[in-house]
Amino acid sequence: MTTVKEPPAGTRQLERVTIRFAGDSGDGMQLTGSQFTRTAAVFGNDISTYPDFPAEIRAPAGSLPGVSGFQLSFASTRIHTPGDQPDVLVAMNPAALKSNLGDLLPGGALVVNEDAFTPVNLNKVGYASNPLTDGSLSAYNLFTVPISTLNARASEGLELTNKQIDLTKNFFALGLMFWLYDRSMEPTIRWIDEKFSKRPVIAEGNKRALRAGYNFGETTEIFHERYVVPPARLAPGRYRNITGNEATALGFVAASQLAERTLFYGSYPITPASDILHSLAAYKNFGVKTYQAEDEIAAIGAAIGASYGGALGITGTSGPGLALKSEALGLAVMVELPLVVIDVQRGGPSTGLPTKTEQGDLLQSMFGRNSDSPVAIIAPATPAECFDMAIEAWRIALKYMTPVVFLSDAFLANGAEPWAIPDPGDLPHIAVPNRTEKEGFYPYSRDPVTLARPWAVPGTPGLEHRIGGLEKSDVIGNVSYDPDNHHRMTVLRQDKIAGIARDIPPLDVFGAPEGDLLILGWGSTYGAIRSAVERLRERGLAVSHAHLRHLNPLPANTETVLRSFGRVLVPELNLGHLLMLIRARYLIDAIGYNRVRGKPFRIAEIEVEAERILEAMKVAAR
Amino acid sequence: MTDEKNSVAATLPVLTRKDFVSDQEVRWCPGCGDYSILAQTQKVMPDFGYPRENIVFISGIGCSGRLPYYMNTYGFHSIHGRAPAIATGLKAARPDLMVWVITGDGDALSIGGNHLIHSLRRNVDLRIIMFNNRIYGLTKGQASPTSEFGKITKSSPYGTVDYPVSPLAIALAAEASFIARTVDTHTEHIQQTLEGAGRHHGSAFVEVLQNCNIFNDGAHREFTDREVRDDRMLVLEHGKPMLFGKDRSKGIRLHGHQPEIVTIGENGITEADILVHDETDPLIAFMLAHIYWPEFPVPVGVVRRISRPTHDELMTNQIEQAIAGRGKGDLARLLASGETWTVEGDEA
Ligand code: SF4
Repeated sequence: MTTVKEPPAGTRQLERVTIRFAGDSGDGMQLTGSQFTRTAAVFGNDISTYPDFPAEIRAPAGSLPGVSGFQLSFASTRIHTPGDQPDVLVAMNPAALKSNLGDLLPGGALVVNEDAFTPVNLNKVGYASNPLTDGSLSAYNLFTVPISTLNARASEGLELTNKQIDLTKNFFALGLMFWLYDRSMEPTIRWIDEKFSKRPVIAEGNKRALRAGYNFGETTEIFHERYVVPPARLAPGRYRNITGNEATALGFVAASQLAERTLFYGSYPITPASDILHSLAAYKNFGVKTYQAEDEIAAIGAAIGASYGGALGITGTSGPGLALKSEALGLAVMVELPLVVIDVQRGGPSTGLPTKTEQGDLLQSMFGRNSDSPVAIIAPATPAECFDMAIEAWRIALKYMTPVVFLSDAFLANGAEPWAIPDPGDLPHIAVPNRTEKEGFYPYSRDPVTLARPWAVPGTPGLEHRIGGLEKSDVIGNVSYDPDNHHRMTVLRQDKIAGIARDIPPLDVFGAPEGDLLILGWGSTYGAIRSAVERLRERGLAVSHAHLRHLNPLPANTETVLRSFGRVLVPELNLGHLLMLIRARYLIDAIGYNRVRGKPFRIAEIEVEAERILEAMKVAAR
Repeated sequence: MTDEKNSVAATLPVLTRKDFVSDQEVRWCPGCGDYSILAQTQKVMPDFGYPRENIVFISGIGCSGRLPYYMNTYGFHSIHGRAPAIATGLKAARPDLMVWVITGDGDALSIGGNHLIHSLRRNVDLRIIMFNNRIYGLTKGQASPTSEFGKITKSSPYGTVDYPVSPLAIALAAEASFIARTVDTHTEHIQQTLEGAGRHHGSAFVEVLQNCNIFNDGAHREFTDREVRDDRMLVLEHGKPMLFGKDRSKGIRLHGHQPEIVTIGENGITEADILVHDETDPLIAFMLAHIYWPEFPVPVGVVRRISRPTHDELMTNQIEQAIAGRGKGDLARLLASGETWTVEGDEA
C-alpha cells in the first residue's frame, strides 16, 4: 500500500502538510484533529500531533481562553514533530482566528467559519472590524465558508435540536479537509457508527455533516486544487497510531506480563496523567488492579504496599502530585523496594499550566526529598517510546530494588505518532524471583554486583522481618543509630543507583561522533532537536544530536561524548535543569536554551540558536 | 491463594504467644500502656489460624509505631499517618495476608486522618488498632486531636483552643464495618476485642484507651481505674441491655432520641426499659460514639459490627468477571488493538 500513484488530475503532490484545527472548547476540535490523524495514519503517512487545549472544561463560549487547538503534521517522509507552523488553519470562530493567526505562515491557507463572525463574537475578542472583510487577512489564502448554515441545511428533516445540529459542524470542517487532502471518509464513518450505535439520529447527523463538508469541497470551486501526501516509507511492519499516555499504559501492562507479577496502579486524578488511570482501569482481564486513591500520598503509599507484597506497584501523577509524594518516595528509597512513579510533567510551579507541557520536574525528581535520597530517573523521547521505557523502568526497578521516576510530559502524553506494534516475544525478559531461601537471609544483605537487597515478600515462611523508614544496620537490617553505619548505608544507596550506569545503553550520537556543536536533549524535545540537527547537517554544519533516556544515572560514556564537541547546547523546556546537572557533574561549560511557554520547541528556534553559537565560535576562533 | 489459609492452618503446628515475640528489645518507657497492648496482641495472634508468615503489621510514626518490630511476623514501620494507605495496597495485591495497622491518635486522626477515613469507607480488610493516649508522646508532649479542650501541654501552655474529635464518630462517619473501644490494662476485655477485630471480615477499627505515663499520666484513669470502672464504663454486649454499675443496677434508656441514665427499681424502671445493644443499628452506634465520661459511662466493647463485601474481594471479583467475559488478557492482541495498518517489506 505504499505504492506511490500518480496524483490524479487537479491535485498536487506534497511531502508534508501541517493542519491546525482551532475552535471553541465545545466545538470538538480535539475529536476533529484525532479523526484526521487516524485517517492519515491508517493511510500510511508518518504523523505527529500536538493537541493544545485549555484547562477550563468550558470557558465562556467564543472567548480567547476557551480556544482549543489540535495541530497535526502528516508526511510521506519520516517526521519528528507536529510542525513548527501550520500550512492550513481551520478557525471555527473569531477567538480561534485571533489566538492562532500568528502561527500561520504568510500565504498559508486559512479556512474560517464565516457564520461565527457575528458582531457579538467579534466584539468578545476585541475585533473592531470584521477581519474577513476588512482586508487584514490579505497575506493569507483566505477561504470563508458558511459552515454553520451549510451544516444546518444538511441535517434538515432529522429529529435533532438546533443545538445538536450545531454540535456536528466540526464534522463538516473535517469532511472539507478530507476532500482537500483526498482522504477517505470511511474510517470516520465507521467510528461514528460505533460511537453512536445507540443513538442513530446523532450518528446520522454527524455523517451528514461529514459528507456535506466533503461534497462542498467537491462541488464548489473555492479550492482550485487538491493535495496528495503519499504514504511514508516506514519500516515494514504492522502499525497503529498511539499517544504517549496510551503507550505508557500498554508498556506497564506488558511489563507486568514480562515480570509475571500483578500490576497495581495507585493514582489520584490529575491532568495530564489521568488518562493512564483510565486506560489501566479497563485492562482488568490482564489482572491489572487500579486504585483511585483519596490523595496523592495514599496513591504512592498503596503502590509501595503493593510492591512490598510482591506486585509491580506504580503510581502516576504530575508535578504538584510528585511534590506530595516526596516523603513516601523517600520511604521507598529507604526500604529499597521496587516502585515506578510516573510524572507527566506540566507547566508549574504550583498548579501552573495544567494542560501545557514543560520539563520542570527533573530537579524535583533528582533532589526533591530530604537527605541523600537517590532514585533512578528515565524519560521517553517520543509518544511511542513511552512503551519501551515503561518496560525499562521495571527492568531497573526489579533488578536494583529501587524506585524509578518515569518522566513523561503533557506533549508526549497527548501527542501521537505511528507505532510499529512489537511482537511480545521480542520484548525483554525482566522477571526476577522472590527470595525464598532461609539460609543466610538478611533483609539488607546485597547482591555483590547490583547491590540490590533481597525481595522477601510476606507469605514466605522463615523470612519474617521488619523494614521501615528508620535507618537500618547494614546487612542485618535492625534499627541502627550507629554513625558509621548511617554513612555506609547512605553511600551504598548512592552507589547502587550510580552502578546502574554499567547496565544501560551508551549515549548514542546522531551525526558525526565529534564536531563543533553537540545538541544534548532529554524527553519530548527529541523531535524538534532531531529535525533541527538534520537541517543543520544538510547545510554542512558540524552539529550532532545526543538524547538522554536515562537521566539518573547518566550513561557511562556521557562525558566522553560531550567532550568530543567544541560546545554543548542543552535546550530544555525549563530554566536549565539538565544544564545544571551536566555542568555540576562534568565541569563542562554547556550552554542552555531555555523556554517555558507551555509549548514544545519549534525546530526553527533551535536551528537559529545553534547557528548563533556556531557563529560566535567562528568569531572567537578568528 | 485466598482460600488456602484455613487448610494451611489445619496442617500447621499450633503456635503460641512466644512464637509471635521477636528478638528485638522493647523500648517503650517502663510503665507505658503499650506493653500490655503488645502482650495481648501476641497472645491472641495464634487464635486466628494464620501461619506467622501470612501476618503483617504495618505502623505509622509515634510510640505505637514501634510495635511491628516486636512482633515476629512481617512488619513495616512506615511514615507518619500513611500506614492505612500502604496496608490498602498490600491487601489489594495480597488478599491472602492478614494485615494489621498499628497507629496512634496523632498518626490516625491528625496527619493520617484522610487515609483512616478512606480505608474504613472502602471496607479494606484491615484491623486498625489505634492507641489513644490523648497526647503526642514520641515528640515529647504536644496536644493531640483527642486532647481535651483547654489542655495545657508543651505546645499549649495557655491551654488548647481546639475541640477534640471522637475517634469512634469518625470511624462511624466513614462507615467502618467493625468499630470497638477497649482499655490497655483491661486484659480480658482487650483480648476479647482484638479477637473480635481479628475475626472480622472487613475494616475493623479499635480504639485502645492507652496510658502514657510520661506525658499524659492518668489520661483515662477517672473511669478506667479498678475502683471506679464498673460505675463509669459501659461494657457493651450484642443483644444485651446496656446495664452498668457494680451491681448492674444502672442502665441507659432512650428518652425520645436522647440517652439518659436510669436506675433499675427507681421510678418503676425495670430491665425492660433499658436499651438493648444492637451492633447493626446505626443510630445506637451514633449514640454510643458520642456519650462519654463524665456525663455518661464510657462505652467499651463492639459498638458496630456489620457485614459487607471487602475492597479486595470486590477488586478480585471485577477481575474474575472481566476474565470470564473477555477471556484472559492476550498481550499481542492488546498491543494490536484499534485501527492498524501494515507497511509491506518490499516497498521500503
Ligand atoms: S512516651 Fe508515653 S506513649 Fe510513648 S513510650 Fe513513653 S509512656 Fe509510652
